[in-house]
Amino acid sequence: MSGHPSLRARAARLGKPRKATYGVLIVFVLGSLFPFYWSFLVASRDNGMLTERIPPLLPGGNFFANAARVFDTVPFWRALANSVIVSGTVTLTTVLFSSLAGFAFAKLRFRGRNGLFVFIVVTLAVPTQLGIIPLFIAMSKLGWAGGLQSVIVPNLVTAFGVFWMRQYTVDALPYELIEAARMDGCSMIRIFWNVCLPAVRPAAAILAMFTFMTSWNDFLWPLVVLDAGNPTVQVALEKLQSGYYVDYSLVLAGTTLATIPILIVFLLLGRQIVAGIMQGAVKG
Amino acid sequence: MTVTNKTAPESRATTRPQTAPRPGLRDRLARWDVKISPYLYVAPFFIVFAIVGMFPLLYTAYVSLFSWKAGDDDPDFIGLDNFKELFADTQFWHALENTVSIFLLSSVPQLIIALLLAAVLTLRLRGATGWRVGILLPYAASLVALGIIFANLFGPRYGLVNGVLQTLGLSPVDWQANRFASHVAIAIMVNWRWTGYNALIVLAAMQAIPKELHEAALIDGAGTVRRFTHVTLPLLKPTLIFVTITSTIGGLQIFTEPKLFDAMPGSNNGGSTHQFQTVTLYLYQTAFENFDLGYASAIAWVLFLIIVVIALINYFLTGRLAGRRK
Repeated sequence: MSGHPSLRARAARLGKPRKATYGVLIVFVLGSLFPFYWSFLVASRDNGMLTERIPPLLPGGNFFANAARVFDTVPFWRALANSVIVSGTVTLTTVLFSSLAGFAFAKLRFRGRNGLFVFIVVTLAVPTQLGIIPLFIAMSKLGWAGGLQSVIVPNLVTAFGVFWMRQYTVDALPYELIEAARMDGCSMIRIFWNVCLPAVRPAAAILAMFTFMTSWNDFLWPLVVLDAGNPTVQVALEKLQSGYYVDYSLVLAGTTLATIPILIVFLLLGRQIVAGIMQGAVKG
Repeated sequence: MTVTNKTAPESRATTRPQTAPRPGLRDRLARWDVKISPYLYVAPFFIVFAIVGMFPLLYTAYVSLFSWKAGDDDPDFIGLDNFKELFADTQFWHALENTVSIFLLSSVPQLIIALLLAAVLTLRLRGATGWRVGILLPYAASLVALGIIFANLFGPRYGLVNGVLQTLGLSPVDWQANRFASHVAIAIMVNWRWTGYNALIVLAAMQAIPKELHEAALIDGAGTVRRFTHVTLPLLKPTLIFVTITSTIGGLQIFTEPKLFDAMPGSNNGGSTHQFQTVTLYLYQTAFENFDLGYASAIAWVLFLIIVVIALINYFLTGRLAGRRK
C-alpha cells in the first residue's frame, strides 16, 4: 500500500458494517425462525386458534396433549428410530467412501484418474430422482421394497461427497506426509486412516452434517418404497396430513416433533460447521 | 473447477534405497498395494452409481418403450407411442409450464438475494457465526414439515397471510386456487429454505478472495459497487455456476412442496385444475397412482433431457454474466 493517509483510513474501514446492516440481518433471521415458531404455536394450542382473525402470539399449553395424539395416530417411535438408522448409516458410509475416493483422486496416481474424476463431476447433473421407476421395480424384484435397506443402499455414497472431499484433500494433505508414512512402511489403508483422515476432518464434518440433514429430510424415494407401517419420519408426517379433514394442531405437533431433533443436531454442530465452511473448504 | 495435476513424488518412495535389493514378498505386496488401492478406494462410488444412476437411466428408457402397468408380467412393446402421446398431452405441457414458472419465481430472486446476503455476511460483523447459523436455519427444516406449515400459512380462509392482508385493508388472495398465486406461494417456500444455504456457499467463496485485490481496487478509486461488480463477481464465477446449476436441477424436479400444498391432502393433482402440478408430481401420479410405468418413464426421460438443456443454457449464461475477467 502507498502511504496515502486517507486511503489507508478507507482501507482500514473496508468491510466494516453499518448499523442498517444489522437491521437487515435481524429481519432475515426472524423470517427464518418464524415458520418454526408458527408451527409450535399451533401445535401448543387447538385448532380454534386458526379461525381467529388475529391469532395469539404466545404458545398455549396443549403441546404435550397434541404430541401424544401424534404417537397414537402414526407409529412415530418406529419412524424416529428408522430415520436415525437410515440417516446414521448413510452419513457414515458417505463420509467414509467419499473420503477414500477423495484421497485417491487428490493424492494417488493411477491410470484414468482424471477421466474418472471428470465422469463423477458429470454425474452430478444426473438427477437420481428420475430413476425412481426402475429403482422401484428393482427393489420389488429383490424383495427389498418396504425395508430400510431400500432407502440406505442407493445413498451409500454421492458424487457431491467425492467431489467435495477431493477438493479439500488436494490442499489439506501435503505429499511429504504421505511419503514419510510410506518410508515407515505404512500400507495405503493405514496412510488413509492415520494420516489423511485426521487432516481432512473439518471437511468430513461438514459433509457429515449436510448428508445427515439431506437424508433425514428425504421424502420422495422413502414415500415410494416404504409403507405406512414402517415409515421414516417424513413419510409418517405425510400420513398424518392425508385425509379429508386436516387436524392442524395434530399435524403441526408432528412437524415440531420431527424438527426438534435435527434442530438440536444443527445447533450443536452448526457453529463448528459454519466456522469450518469459512476456512475456505469450498473451492469452485 | 480446478483439476490440479500436481506430480506426486511417489516413484521415489517405491524404490527404497536403504533396504537391501532383494524383492521379497513384502515389497511385492507393497507394490500391489500402491497399484490396486486407488481403484478400490474409488470403486464404491462407481458401483453405487451404476446401480442407482446409470442402470435406472437406461432402464427407464427401456420401460418407456412399453405399455407397462405396475405388476404387469408381460408388457407390450409399443415403440415410441408413449412419447407421441406425451407430446400431445396437454396436462404434461401444463405441468411443464408450472414447473418452469415456479422455477423462475424461485431461483432468480433466490440467487440474487443470496448474493447480496453473502456480501453483507462478508463484512466484519459482531457475532458473525451466530448470524450465519441463523441464516442457515431453514435448511435444517424438513421439507414435509415446511410444506404443511406453508400450506397452513397460505390457507385461503384462515391462513395467516390472508389475515395480515385483510388487516392491512387489502383483499385476500386464494393462494391455492389461483394459478399464479399458487406458484408465488410455492416459490416463497422454496426461497425460504434455500436462500441462506446458497448465501453461505457464495460467502465461502467470497472469503477466499484475497483482501489485497479489494485494497488495490480501492486505491484505483473503485467504490463499493464497482468493487463488487469488477472484483468480487468475476472471481465468484465458478461458485455461481455451481450454485446456479444445482438450483436448476433441484428446481426443475420440484415435488414435495407442490404435493403438500394441495388443499386435498394426499392428492397428486396439484390443485383442482392442476394449477400447480409440476412435472415430477405428474410423473409420480402417473407411476404410483395410475400405475402406468411406461408412460411415467417417458415423462422421466423427457424431463431429464429438459433439465440437461436448461442446465447447459444456465452454464453459458452464468459464465457470460459473471465472466468479464477469467
